[in-house]
Amino acid sequence: MMFFWAFLVGGLICMLAQLTLDLFAVTPAHVLVLFVVLGAVFGGVGLYGKLVSFAGAGATVPLPGFGYTMVSGIGEAVKEKGVLGLLTGGLTAAAGGIKAAVLFGLLAALLFKPKA
Amino acid sequence: MANQEASKTARDYQELVKTKRPGKPVLKNLIYAFLVGGAISVVGQGIQCGFMQYGMSAKEATSPTTVVLIGLGALFTGFGWYDQLVTRGGMGGTLPITGFANAMVAPAMEFRSEGLILGVGAKLFTVAGPVLVYGLSAAFVVGLIRFLITGVA
Amino acid sequence: MPARKIGPGTYHTSRVGIKSTAAIVGPKEGEGPLRTYFDEIWASEAHQQKSVERAERMMLEDTMNLAVEKAGCGWAEIDMVLGGDLLDQIVSTNFAARRHQRPLLGLFSACAVFTEALGLAALLVADHHPTTVAVGAVSHHMAAERQFRFPVELGYQRTPTAAWTATAAGAAVVGPAESGDVVVDGVTFGRVVDWGSKDPNDMGSAMAPAAFDTIKQHLMATGDVISDYDAIFTGDLGVLGVDLLQALGKKEGLHFGARLNDCGKSLYYLKEQDVHNGASGPGCSAGVFAGYLHHRLLAGEWQRLLLVATGALFSPTTYQQGESIPCIAHAVSLGRPEAPRP
Repeated sequence: MMFFWAFLVGGLICMLAQLTLDLFAVTPAHVLVLFVVLGAVFGGVGLYGKLVSFAGAGATVPLPGFGYTMVSGIGEAVKEKGVLGLLTGGLTAAAGGIKAAVLFGLLAALLFKPKA
Repeated sequence: MANQEASKTARDYQELVKTKRPGKPVLKNLIYAFLVGGAISVVGQGIQCGFMQYGMSAKEATSPTTVVLIGLGALFTGFGWYDQLVTRGGMGGTLPITGFANAMVAPAMEFRSEGLILGVGAKLFTVAGPVLVYGLSAAFVVGLIRFLITGVA
Repeated sequence: MPARKIGPGTYHTSRVGIKSTAAIVGPKEGEGPLRTYFDEIWASEAHQQKSVERAERMMLEDTMNLAVEKAGCGWAEIDMVLGGDLLDQIVSTNFAARRHQRPLLGLFSACAVFTEALGLAALLVADHHPTTVAVGAVSHHMAAERQFRFPVELGYQRTPTAAWTATAAGAAVVGPAESGDVVVDGVTFGRVVDWGSKDPNDMGSAMAPAAFDTIKQHLMATGDVISDYDAIFTGDLGVLGVDLLQALGKKEGLHFGARLNDCGKSLYYLKEQDVHNGASGPGCSAGVFAGYLHHRLLAGEWQRLLLVATGALFSPTTYQQGESIPCIAHAVSLGRPEAPRP
């Protein structure tokens, strides 16, 4: 059942992003920024967490999940360290993903060549 | 006067362009975005369930799942498959975290010809940078507001 | 006989002949409908070069060498080289000139540069100073993508109006006409036209007004009518741009009909090769002319051709700053050997 909800929710979020891209004169970069910000906002008011709990990867794999991760990271960091957590929490929570992307990026640059 | 005429010509022309311009295949795009985005999410769910088999909670498994997906996205980009996936799937390929990997790996590969420092190093975040900048900033602002209202973030 | 000015930007030239042409294209272009007309088709975009910029440069060098060779002369007999490309500081044209060591005039008018060079060459040759001029233009898909858009491996959905920058080069050697040469009998240099288009993914509709303006100027100055030409080929307006040009013409009583075609529409199988609006790039009009159009004139299938290469004169900086896209088109009219000339 989890897989069904993951497919449905993940697909719907992407579909919504596609609709934004096709209806308005914006670039994909604008849509990505919008959706990561939306993820943070809905994460902040507690709605995105609910989505994650029943759709699992369907909510965490699309980019709004990245915004949500950073906001919940701030929440935890503030609990532990107080106000300083506002500054450290976001990046700490996102660190795994960013660092992986940096390393894989470097690796790919050494191993692969772009094709047309 | 001449300027007004020129701007009228330009306005009339832009109206003409609107009538002739082929529309985007919105319905087809939406269906493909749904299918591709959904499929990548299911793959993510599968990986997450795999980690959970080893005793992780769903929350604990999220981070390693992200790392594996980013690895897959990077690999597909390296082989030149990911851009083809997005040609069909649009946002279904761009929005998942694998698309984020694609956005970092593609410039890294591309700017290898300008060297490791000024090429790869400097260009790695050209596409992904805005997402990080505004994602982090939004998370900070949301966290701050929540902190001011509730006392805990 | 010197060139004669017959309109605001229009010159009549006589005894100017195309001595030879050469065209080299990339693998995708080599799978298109015009594949049999090119001198060489590269097996890969990179062509064993360590950067795509080097590949682009090499394509231009090879094409120009080939044109000079086919003209039956050596580089020493070329008095002047004219040409351009899309890359910043027209590096392909400038760097390629390190080898041939002939006087160089590097030009920029984006994808309109081939007819700008050909037109200037015709004026130079008509006045007999200098007498033999080589012209060339090149573009490379991957080099243009990374300068104007995104890294090639970045997933990115093209809009239906987007054009595909061609990997192609075309060159010609222009000199005093002899029997059997295709001749250049008129040139119209266009002015910049900007009707407010802003979408860098829709250059066809940005450029169509410039093409229309130049064609209109050319017909007015020469007194020609559309039916005097067997074909009018624009540079890279693509499907939408040609459609708009037809509509603009109709409004002012110029019915182009089936005579109007476009190099960008002709280079690929649009549907099968998934190129949407068509090909673009300086190499598009240069390669299509040097390979295909020149051949049709030479073979006597056409009497007269008007080639109108079109260029969008924007940069990534200007479109990010929200500026509209100024465009230009330059027209060259060409005649079949021994065709009656006005």
